[in-house]
Amino acid sequence: MAIQIAQQHIQEGKWEGSVEELRGLVSERALTGETMLLNMGPHHPSTHGVLRLLLELDGEEIVTCLPDVGFLHTGIEKNIESKTYEKAVTLTDRMDYLSPLSNNMVFCLAIEKLVDLDVPPRAQAIRVMLLELQRIASHLVWLGTHALDLGAMSVFLYCFRERELILDMLEMLSGQRLMGSYFRPGGVWRDLTPDFLPALEKFLAYFPAKVDDYETLLNENPLWIDRTQGIGVVEPEVALAWGMSGPTLRGSGVNWDIRKAMPYSGYEQYDFNVPLGEHGDVYDRYIVRVREMRESLKIIRQAVDKLPGGPFRSQNRKFVPPPRSELGQSMEAVIHHFKLWTEGFSAPDEEVYVAIESPRGEIGCYLHGTGGNKPRRVHFKTPSFMHISALPVMTKGHMIADLVGIAGSIDIVLGDCDR
Amino acid sequence: MQIPPPLDPADALQRALPAALLDTHSFRGETTLIIAREHIVAACRFMRDTPGLVYNFLSDISAVDYYPEYSRPERFGVSYHLYSMLYNRRLRLKVFVPEEEPEVDTVTGVWPGANWLEREIYDMMGITFVGHPDLRRLLMPADWDGHPHRRDYPLGYEQVQFSFNAEEIMKHKPFAKE
Repeated sequence: MAIQIAQQHIQEGKWEGSVEELRGLVSERALTGETMLLNMGPHHPSTHGVLRLLLELDGEEIVTCLPDVGFLHTGIEKNIESKTYEKAVTLTDRMDYLSPLSNNMVFCLAIEKLVDLDVPPRAQAIRVMLLELQRIASHLVWLGTHALDLGAMSVFLYCFRERELILDMLEMLSGQRLMGSYFRPGGVWRDLTPDFLPALEKFLAYFPAKVDDYETLLNENPLWIDRTQGIGVVEPEVALAWGMSGPTLRGSGVNWDIRKAMPYSGYEQYDFNVPLGEHGDVYDRYIVRVREMRESLKIIRQAVDKLPGGPFRSQNRKFVPPPRSELGQSMEAVIHHFKLWTEGFSAPDEEVYVAIESPRGEIGCYLHGTGGNKPRRVHFKTPSFMHISALPVMTKGHMIADLVGIAGSIDIVLGDCDR
Repeated sequence: MQIPPPLDPADALQRALPAALLDTHSFRGETTLIIAREHIVAACRFMRDTPGLVYNFLSDISAVDYYPEYSRPERFGVSYHLYSMLYNRRLRLKVFVPEEEPEVDTVTGVWPGANWLEREIYDMMGITFVGHPDLRRLLMPADWDGHPHRRDYPLGYEQVQFSFNAEEIMKHKPFAKE
């Protein structure tokens, strides 16, 4: 009956436009009203933000899935073009808001490469420590919300309880729980505060048992296994062709981790494993991420033990402002301070591309200078962007209920996608 | 399995497709091959399929606008960042795109993942990718006027009109004309 009414409406021209615009994107059956077109989002709790999915459904089966993004587009790349390099760091926090430090990191690395700036060993070790803490925090949000989507509510509460400890530690350093802009070109904003390392020690002793708890709750839970195993299988070739990276790619068994392949910030000094999946389904991506949390703990442990002394940011005063204490004594320091906070430093009219392993995958920064104090172009290649673009391939032929699990398993952040 | 030794991408391309390679450029250890615009798809396919190169992963496509200095041969540049998992190295292919005819052939046939990356550039920079299966705006609304990442697109404020661009800017002003 509904089909006949729909067909009648189309013939009478009451639905002009909206369906015709989709010709070529959905199957012909949708245009006649045989299959159903359904909007999921942008305000749907399991789309992890503002993602709109236009679904073509044959019963409960997904025929076509058309992601529509851009609701969270804030023009960060355009805005950075009008800011000096140092001031733009704060904007990068707002992209992937679940792991702002990774965004800071890739942008700072790109600047450091463009102007050839050194980073002292202590700053590198602090960066590694915090990046891994951030990875755990991001994975905890992912695990909590993903399990919540699939009906396991208690995991969500536990994950957010532990994440709070990490956010407290970030607040000790930068004064901000989420978007601290703690990494700056040439190092970090300030040295570790006295209360940070004791808090980190406490966390390192406390957290491993909690990861065991999550695994106890989920690994052999029959409901969890039914909802995740064999769902959303991505073959390794498909994953590579669609530009997937990070745990999503490693869940399909491709061993590519930028921390191992092209180490940055001294990752080559740390001993850790890269967990891999076998089947490429939702369950394997879950296992990979949970194991990654344990590996991150190993890296943090080594970074704390080996933490070198020395300066926490570069001593190159052409790029890094002098400490406040020098301003009262040195005229040169005053000049450097004034120049850096008004004009900033200049970078050559050249292009660089730097990529790091964020909790979601390869986040890349393409940075093109002008020869002046502002960039000509910044482009962030973000993992969520690539993963959402592959969502139509991953969901084809699945039930609509599994879409929630698949979209959750690729760990999307819409701020990361839309920038 | 025998892994063939890595080849120098510039040499290999010069031998196989001499018309495609215009120039090479190196900066801070990053290699850039400047490719003739009409040969970009062939060059990408060559980079992906040739033993000894095997750039099998497309990391990023990004576009840059050289307005107003024009410090490069053409106004726009499109950079393709490739990565070879086998040899663990990166490569940048770059094409320059003229202002009068902002068109490049699509590489979605080589890497399907290029789909959204090219749509984003079409949306933000106004470069058309010929042969793209689904070239619609991605981040901006479908009825948006202009391409925000062009350097002559204002950052939220009223754009200053000069005699050389007064008419061009008047076309985009958000009030009724005539």
